[in-house]
Amino acid sequence: MAVAKLKSDATEARLAGLTLPAGLDTARKDALSRLIATGLPHKRDEYWKYTDPASLTQADAPQAALFHNDEGPMFDAIDRVKIVFVDGVFDADASDDLAADGVTITRLSDVADADIHWATELYGTLEARGQTPVERPLAALNSAFASDGVLIHATGKASKPINLIYLHGDTGSDVMLHSLVKVDAGAEVTLLETGPAAARFNSVLEVDVASKGAFHHVRSQGRDHERRAVTHCFARIEDEALFKSFTLTVNGKLTRNECIIEMLGDDAVAHVAGACVGDGNDFHHDDTVFITHDALNGESRQVFKKVLRNGAVGVFQGKILVKAGAQKTDGYQISQSLLLDEDSQFLAKPELEIYADDVACSHGSTSGAIDEDALFYLQSRGVPRQAATDLLTLAFLAESLEEIADEALADDLRERLEGWMARRG
Amino acid sequence: MLEIKGLMADLQDEDKTILKGVDLNIGAGEVHAIMGPNGSGKSTLSYILSGKDGYEVTGGSAALDGDDLLDMEPEERAAAGLFLAFQYPVEIPGVGNMTFLRTAVNAQRKARGEDELSAGDFLKIVRAKAKDLQIDADMLKRPVNVGFSGGEKKRNEILQMAMLEPKMCILDETDSGLDVDAMKLVAEGVNALRSAGRSFLVITHYQRLLDHIKPDVVHIMADGRIIKTGGPELALEVENNGYADLLAEVV
Ligand SMILES: Nc1ncnc2c1ncn2[C@@H]1O[C@H](COP(=O)(O)OP(=O)(O)O)[C@@H](O)[C@H]1O
Ligand SMILES: [Mg+2]
Repeated sequence: MAVAKLKSDATEARLAGLTLPAGLDTARKDALSRLIATGLPHKRDEYWKYTDPASLTQADAPQAALFHNDEGPMFDAIDRVKIVFVDGVFDADASDDLAADGVTITRLSDVADADIHWATELYGTLEARGQTPVERPLAALNSAFASDGVLIHATGKASKPINLIYLHGDTGSDVMLHSLVKVDAGAEVTLLETGPAAARFNSVLEVDVASKGAFHHVRSQGRDHERRAVTHCFARIEDEALFKSFTLTVNGKLTRNECIIEMLGDDAVAHVAGACVGDGNDFHHDDTVFITHDALNGESRQVFKKVLRNGAVGVFQGKILVKAGAQKTDGYQISQSLLLDEDSQFLAKPELEIYADDVACSHGSTSGAIDEDALFYLQSRGVPRQAATDLLTLAFLAESLEEIADEALADDLRERLEGWMARRG
Repeated sequence: MLEIKGLMADLQDEDKTILKGVDLNIGAGEVHAIMGPNGSGKSTLSYILSGKDGYEVTGGSAALDGDDLLDMEPEERAAAGLFLAFQYPVEIPGVGNMTFLRTAVNAQRKARGEDELSAGDFLKIVRAKAKDLQIDADMLKRPVNVGFSGGEKKRNEILQMAMLEPKMCILDETDSGLDVDAMKLVAEGVNALRSAGRSFLVITHYQRLLDHIKPDVVHIMADGRIIKTGGPELALEVENNGYADLLAEVV
């Protein structure tokens, strides 16, 4: 069967059980038309060459067992606004008041009643912009059908981080959440996202950062081995604005994290980083990044590190597009994997596309085993082989964790990683 | 302390014999030197004693205070008191020198059933020892050996030795790449550690290090064997006449 037909059939099957939620009617209908025009992705699509989207597009979510551990909640020692969703359903009792100085927080599902002008304008807009030059149909699906999410409007320096806590309680849950962040000129906010959310999670985040605004994003995707997730973060950043996003992924059968950034103002800075540790041949992790420089003197960094063992698969597709006129762009991209055995695999597609002549862009991708000389050096000083391997593994990941501005957040993530290593199978 | 008998070893990948029967006996508190031409197997001997992969021991034995070294993992040998100052110290990006030192010290303490040093105690000790070796705070913070000069790397090796307080120290060409002042520092560091219970095996090309670290016994190694053993005067003989005469004697 032709791919087009496969795709339209799959899309029809997926849409069969879905109805558009109330509110944001125009935006949702537009998103649905975008989806129908392209169809859901298929593994024969170039953009999905390394990651089979079947389990993300099929009509029903595959089952995912719950994962229990005795670790406390992430970032627990950090004063933050907790907003809890259990299988995508807002849990008011477990959540804090949706309030902090410098920021207003509303739930997406309340937008129908409250006329939140900026949200109506932003919802689906950056997602739609992000559909070219590459289609991202799963994001359009989300814009059409997302059941909830939060709207964060930073009008000043937010007094504390906002933590979306995604709990997973039902082995068959299929969840779509869509959140918006608007950072006004000179304002600043930190968004934390933690937890697996569902058996299958489709998340979209649209982030609009005005001149001199700053947005920090730190995410930890939860330890559930069997969960599947596709996430999109669309960002538009204006002059002298800062955008920083870091994601830690530990476990998960399938994760595709897309980050699409448009640098529209001069002197903007965007850093996207990720650390992933995968264990087992049912671990597949994909980072797909697309950064567009469309202004002067922009700085972008992509730092992605993956530790893979026991047949785990890691994918990186990263692109820097420098448009004509985006002079003095400084674009850096590094993707590296540490393969702890020969069964594991790293597939990378780094790309630069440059239409300006006065830019400094570099990219590198490496894949390698642990450094035996360093391992022996540590052992010769009395460090047991396993502990030495762990130390070198953390050292390998360090460059990505350094992208997190807040030390307390970074330390918490480091501890999780140490825990992961201690609990090896 | 260290007893090596008829030690023979091949390179694993190349089916090449490097050690062809090494005999060496180092008593407690003694300082022995091994000299010898390039490629005679000195570094190989030190690697095999400390347990590096890639070699196959085909005969003989090596024991530390009666315990079979060749049977142990490298970290067990370290915990048993063996230390090798590498000819080419390894760079470890991403691991701070201080973290490295603390991890090593505590791993050995743990292996010996001792309590870990508290962060405060550890810091105090490191700072004092680093000062003696003119290792500044910056060097302690930087990733292990990354961007260190040749001399800094060698001083860093001695710092590790001072922190770990091994009983059998092997120094593989610790003098190479050092200027005179740096060599004096290193030698002072070594001499400060000399004690009745601690032995040294100093591998060197040159007599000059032995002016500072006075050996009790000097061995000449060539083509995978110890071909001659004598007192400190043997080092002078090499210095004056080179190896040619000594090599000719054996053939
Ligand atoms: N990993 C290796 N691969 C190939 N040859 C080696 C290796 N290690 C040692 N050798 C060879 O073994 C011999 C002894 O080397 P080495 O022990 O380094 O000598 P020395 O330290 O006395 O200069 C040399 O011929 C050297 O080329
Ligand atoms: Mg050598």
